[in-house]
Amino acid sequence: MLSKLRLGRMAVILVPMLWLAAFFFIPFLVVFKISLAEAMIAVPPYSPLLQWDSSNAYLTFKVTFGNYLYLFESRFYLDAYLSSLKIAAISTFFALLIGFPIAYLIARSRPTMRTILLALVILPFWTSFLLRVYAWMALLKKNGLVNDFLLATGIIDQPIQILQTDFAVYLGIVYTYLPFMILPLYTTLEKMDLNLLDAAQDLGAKPYQSFFLVTLPLAKPGIIAGCLLVFIPAVGEYVIPALLGGSDTLMIGRVLWDEFFLNRDWPLASAVAVVMLIVLVGPIMFMRNSNKEAE
Amino acid sequence: MKQGSSVALKVMAGAGFVFLYAPIIALIVYSFNESKLVTVWGGWSLKWYVELFRNEQIMSAAWVSLKIAFISATLASVLGTLAGFVLSRMRKFAGKAMLTGWVTAPLVMPEVITGLSLLLLFVSLENMFGWPAGRGVTTIVIAHTTFCLAYVAVVVQSRLASLDETLEEAAMDLGAKPISLFFLITLPLIAPAIISGWLLSFTLSLDDLVIASFVSGPGNSTLPMVIFSKVRLGVTPEVNALATLMIVTVSIAVIAAIVIMHRQNRFKDTNK
Repeated sequence: MLSKLRLGRMAVILVPMLWLAAFFFIPFLVVFKISLAEAMIAVPPYSPLLQWDSSNAYLTFKVTFGNYLYLFESRFYLDAYLSSLKIAAISTFFALLIGFPIAYLIARSRPTMRTILLALVILPFWTSFLLRVYAWMALLKKNGLVNDFLLATGIIDQPIQILQTDFAVYLGIVYTYLPFMILPLYTTLEKMDLNLLDAAQDLGAKPYQSFFLVTLPLAKPGIIAGCLLVFIPAVGEYVIPALLGGSDTLMIGRVLWDEFFLNRDWPLASAVAVVMLIVLVGPIMFMRNSNKEAE
Repeated sequence: MKQGSSVALKVMAGAGFVFLYAPIIALIVYSFNESKLVTVWGGWSLKWYVELFRNEQIMSAAWVSLKIAFISATLASVLGTLAGFVLSRMRKFAGKAMLTGWVTAPLVMPEVITGLSLLLLFVSLENMFGWPAGRGVTTIVIAHTTFCLAYVAVVVQSRLASLDETLEEAAMDLGAKPISLFFLITLPLIAPAIISGWLLSFTLSLDDLVIASFVSGPGNSTLPMVIFSKVRLGVTPEVNALATLMIVTVSIAVIAAIVIMHRQNRFKDTNK
């Protein structure tokens, strides 16, 4: 009886575990393996690490670190990594700046209003990411609505280039990832004990003082969670730089894509992915740990 | 503090909401534009909706995407519910920390990495075992199930965490076997979470461009892949019409879900 129970328990644990091991964890090992191979014209287009030579009956084992060396020697890839980190960090900062007042307002609204406002934040999150990026293409074009508006108000006297610039990429990231920032912020702000603000006021704190000394520190878990939810995926973003960025907008997700699809250099694309993963492991672990603390 | 908020806060948050909605509204309005020049207004028309339904490439890609989304969401709901249940209800076991990591990481993992790694896995498997033979619907379903599973697991886990365990304990005390306990008590309690997890998975799968581009084969373009290849070259009025239809459908579903949940919450509050 007991063994049957334990067997059932084990099955329940093993099913999702094996699925994730097979299709989430092991693929990373494969990427690592192929990053040590050489690109060649073949199917699949990379050299085997282990090869059995049947005529001489010996096994050859060949790895190369050439792809990694190439990544570090060439200025281009380093620039792409740095530029991705910069774009992601600045976008995250602006998402926080725009998201915080919204989250704060929602958390302090009456229940019915709160439900409505929360729905307004969640709604874009459910609608297509790709189509929301696309919506900006029409707005930012040379003869798009933003240029029309700026011309009509006399801020500019001829259309300016907004689409295919770095600015459009920042805008796209802030726009599409904003709900990811607002939701965790809202969750922490909603839990906050408002008596603390009363206490601060009674003790003579001005509103801005109680904001910086009480609200902001209490909202810290939400700020961290929101920033990581925006920052980590934004670093590897492909769609936004591809649709809104210019040809000179350097982002590592786009470099990986081009390396893979245009140059068909699978080993180099894998090395790009491995290095990106190493860069992001820190923030990802940090996020997991702060999740644990919240529990 | 007072319930009300200062004017400055309302202005800032209001500007934020305008930022969130202006592009979507512009997109919807221009989908009814007669003119082919997407930004010149030529009067109201349903022309692009007719064109959209006549476009066979878009229609067949939409059908492929709907199939994939349905199967992936269903598989992800089953596996994600198991994972969420294991993480919140099972005592410590070897590998629990690892499972937690595997469930959280896909939520933020850049899509290019997930896509590339799965493609390389499929290619290696095919070389070694002859499976999967080529890439197409099956490989996309596996990829989508994997990342949607994580979303379902998180939703289910947080629902389980918010439930108190007394009902489950009572059933156990009354002699319910683990399996009947799960199906009779736990499952009905977490059903709303599983349903919203399924819906979320469905929309995420329907929307994915990057991962599908890596793991799909020739002749198996999904809807986002077709949209992407069209809009890459510039703004296309049919895509505006398609976007409007998708946004309206999703909005109705989300609003309905929120109204229902809100009513239930009010019911709960009055019962307290």
